[in-house]
Amino acid sequence: MLDQSSANIPEIPNRAGVGYKAQHLNGILKDPSAIGWIEIHAENYMGDGGRPIAQLKHLRDMYPVSCHGVGLSIGAEGPLDADHLARLKHLVSWLNPALFSEHLAWSTHETHFLNDLLPVPYTQAVVDRVVDHIDQVQDTVGRRMLLENPSTYCAFEESDMSEIDFLSEVATRTGCGLLLDVNNVFISATNQQYSPEAYIDAYPLEHVGEIHLGGHEEDADDHGETLLIDSHSRQVVDPVWELYEYTLKQSGPRPTLIEWDNDIPSWDVLANEARLADDLLANAQLVAAE
Amino acid sequence: MSKTVKSLAVASAVAAALTAQTHTASAAGKEKCYGVALAGENGCAAGPGTSCAGTSKVDYQGNAWSLVAKGTCEGIELPALADGTPRTGSLEELSRDIPA
Amino acid sequence: MTVTQTDFTAALLNADLATPAGMVDYQGRPAGKRFDVYRNNVVVSLIDAMETAFPAIHKLVGDEFFKAMAGVYVRAHPPTTPMMMFYGEAFPEFLENFEHVQQLPYLPDVARLELARRSSYHATDSIAISPDALGAIAPEDLMNVKLELSPAARMLKSAYPVLSIWNMNMVEGAPQPKAVAQAVLLFRPELDVDMVEIDDATHCFLSNLQNNTLGEAYEATLGIDETFDLGQALGLLLTHQLITHINI
Repeated sequence: MLDQSSANIPEIPNRAGVGYKAQHLNGILKDPSAIGWIEIHAENYMGDGGRPIAQLKHLRDMYPVSCHGVGLSIGAEGPLDADHLARLKHLVSWLNPALFSEHLAWSTHETHFLNDLLPVPYTQAVVDRVVDHIDQVQDTVGRRMLLENPSTYCAFEESDMSEIDFLSEVATRTGCGLLLDVNNVFISATNQQYSPEAYIDAYPLEHVGEIHLGGHEEDADDHGETLLIDSHSRQVVDPVWELYEYTLKQSGPRPTLIEWDNDIPSWDVLANEARLADDLLANAQLVAAE
Repeated sequence: MSKTVKSLAVASAVAAALTAQTHTASAAGKEKCYGVALAGENGCAAGPGTSCAGTSKVDYQGNAWSLVAKGTCEGIELPALADGTPRTGSLEELSRDIPA
Repeated sequence: MTVTQTDFTAALLNADLATPAGMVDYQGRPAGKRFDVYRNNVVVSLIDAMETAFPAIHKLVGDEFFKAMAGVYVRAHPPTTPMMMFYGEAFPEFLENFEHVQQLPYLPDVARLELARRSSYHATDSIAISPDALGAIAPEDLMNVKLELSPAARMLKSAYPVLSIWNMNMVEGAPQPKAVAQAVLLFRPELDVDMVEIDDATHCFLSNLQNNTLGEAYEATLGIDETFDLGQALGLLLTHQLITHINI
C-alpha cells in the first residue's frame, strides 16, 4: 500500500470545480472565484508543449487541479500500457495535482484505444486484476488514486457480486480512494432498476475524495423502458441534485465537479451549475459544523 | 563556384538577412501568450480531446455507398495531368458497396 | 457465459456481429439496444474526433459524406494511443486508397497538412535565437555552422495547391485556389500555428539543413536551382523565429 505522507500535495477545498475547457478560459479569468478548482483530462495534456500546457501551467497557479485520467484502461484483461503509465507519471510529477483519479473501466484492447469507458463484470477474478493494476498505477505514479464508479447500460451475466462490494474490496486492498459520480449512480440505478438512495446508503463513503455531477440524456431500450445515457451534454437534472444532497448528508462536504463535455455551454451556464453545487456544499458544511 | 567564393556568398547572404531583420522584434524573452488569442479560435486547433461521456447520437449504419461529396470541393481546379488534360475536382456519383 | 474483451471489442466495431451473449439487461434478457450505447459511444466519438481533427477535409466533402467516410476509417483504424489529439495518422494513406474520393486527389495532402498543423501545435516549446547571434559568427565559420530549427517547424510538398485549398476552407475571404503545386512551411512563433508557401529551392534548402552544415545545404540547393537566394531563405527563418540553436 502506498505511503505518500511525505509528499507535498496541494489541498483541495470542499467547493465546486469544473472540467476545464479552453473556450471557458476568458470567463474563468474574468471571475476566478466562481469555482474553487478545475479538473483536466490527463490525456489532453500529454503533448510536448504549446498552448494546452501553457494554459495549464497558468491555471495551476490559480487553482488546485484534479488530474482525471480516461485512458489507462484499469479494467483491461491485458497488462497496463507502460508507455501511457510513464506519460501519466510525468504529467503528475510536474503538475502536482491535488487529486488524481481514473475509472473502473477499460478502453484499450490490444493496440486499439476505443475512446469510451467500457464495463467490466463484477467477479472476484476481475477484482484481483483491478487491484493489481491499481497497485501498479499507485506505485509508478507515486500517488494515491481515486477510482470512479461507472454508468452502466447493461450487465454481465457472469457478474456474481455487487458493484459496491467490488469497489469496497478494491479500495480496502489497494488503499485507493473513491470518486463517487452521483450522476452515474442515478443512471446505473435507473438502467438496472435499483434504488439510488439504497446504493448511496451501502456505499463506503469514508473512501470518497471527490464527487462528480453531470447531465444525462434519456432514451429507451428494446422494451420501451427508460435508458439513461451519460452524455455530459446538459444541466444536472433535479433528481440528481436531490441524490447529491442525500449523499452530502451522509458524507459531509466533498470537492464536487460539474462535468460538461458535449454541447459545451457558455461560461455563465456552467458557472451557474457550479454555484448550485456550491450552495449545497455550503449547507452541508453548516450541518457538519453543528 | 570555389570554396572561397561560396564562403563569401554565405557570409553576404547572412549579412543581407540580418539587415532585413532590423525592424523585426525578437521573440526571445517575450512572454508566452497562453490565452486563446486568435479571433474565432475556440480550442479546435488542439485537435480532438478524450471523452469520458457517452452519446445518444446513433451511428450511421448504412452499407451501400451512394453518397456524393457535396462540399467546397466542387469547382476546385487541379493542376493539369502530365499530358496536359485539365481536370476538376468534383465527384461522380458512385453506388458501389463499401468494400469489406 | 463469459464475455471476453476480444468479443466485446469485435462487436463494438462491427454492428453486423450479434451482441455478445452474456450481456444482459437487469432482468437477464439480451442487452440489445443497451449494448448499442457502447457501439455508438465508440464510433460516434471517433467520428466526432475525426471531424475536429480534419476540419478542411470535412468542408471539402461535406458533412454527410465526411461522417460516412470517417465511419469507415475509424473502424479500420481505431486510435492506437489515448492521446486523441494526434488521432488520424493513417488518414492520408486511407484517402489515397478510398475508392470514393479518387477524383479528389489532393485530399491526402490536405490531410497531411492538417496532421502537421496539430503536431506543430503540440510540439515542444522553444526560444528562437536572436538574429545578432548569427551576426556574431565570424564570416569564415558561417559555412560550417549547423542551424537547428524549431521543434514546431514542419514542411509539406504537394503536387496540388494544398495551402490555398486549406485557406479557402478555413480562412474567411481567402480566394479560390489556382491549379499549381505548392510547398508549405509550418511554424509556431508563439502558440499559434502559421503557414507560408515556399518555393522548391527553399524546401530543398530547409530539408538539407536538418543534417548538414549551412554551406552543404546551400551547395545542395544550388544543385537544383542556381538562382536560389540564400539571403531570402535565411531572412524567412529569422522572421518566423525558426532558428533555435547555432551549432559551431
